[in-house]
Amino acid sequence: MAEEKREVILNIPIHPNMELVAAHTASILAEIMEFEETHIDEIQLAIIETCINAFEHSNSRDSKVTVTYVLTDGELELKITDHGTGFGAEQTELLTGEARARAMQKRGWGLEIIREMMDEVEIDSSDEGTTITMLKKRI
Amino acid sequence: MASSFNVSTRTEEGYAVIETDGYLNGPTGEKLAETAKDLMNQGYNTLVINLEKTRLVNSIGISILIEIIEYLQEHGGSVHFCHLTPVIERTFKMMGLAQHAELHSDEASATANL
Repeated sequence: MAEEKREVILNIPIHPNMELVAAHTASILAEIMEFEETHIDEIQLAIIETCINAFEHSNSRDSKVTVTYVLTDGELELKITDHGTGFGAEQTELLTGEARARAMQKRGWGLEIIREMMDEVEIDSSDEGTTITMLKKRI
Repeated sequence: MASSFNVSTRTEEGYAVIETDGYLNGPTGEKLAETAKDLMNQGYNTLVINLEKTRLVNSIGISILIEIIEYLQEHGGSVHFCHLTPVIERTFKMMGLAQHAELHSDEASATANL
């Protein structure tokens, strides 16, 4: 029998604190899926960082971000899409953590935090916009 | 979902305690930084920041915490954090904050040697 997938789609305007709406929705869904508390915090932080990146850097034409939550038996997949100008590979492969941490570099940690918090992260970016797909497995 | 943010302060012999309540991001981090500078101006350059009521801190919020630490260190002070969630603690360590401030499980251990 095919695994059941449930999907929730949320459109949020690019506006201060709207990342909390996306994070809170993720929290509720992850609770329903019986993720443990620390994993729910990880999911929330990853989604907050992703939304803030989109808010600050996408130059979105429609000033909104679409968050798609896909629930399966043991995994929560999040897709965050903006219709901005995209970003190049060099921006997704910034310096690695230790050297930056030693220097207490203050900004530009979003993608690294997202990768640390989630089990899988894929970035698909073009001049039509960016979709970041993230997966968290329930352990 | 808590989008409001509150800061309360308490002064003790030789140090001050800042308690946060809510999501720590850019704007609320600035509010915390102002509070820290006010306390420094009152002569408290050892600060304990109690994050017991803060569950989410984004990278911009942490960058402002690093600025607070740097500012205090430049003035001979120090910052001691307590009641961090596992995710906040991990993010602090990732971003290098933990190398320049002390992290404690609770306020008693944060203030034990002050």
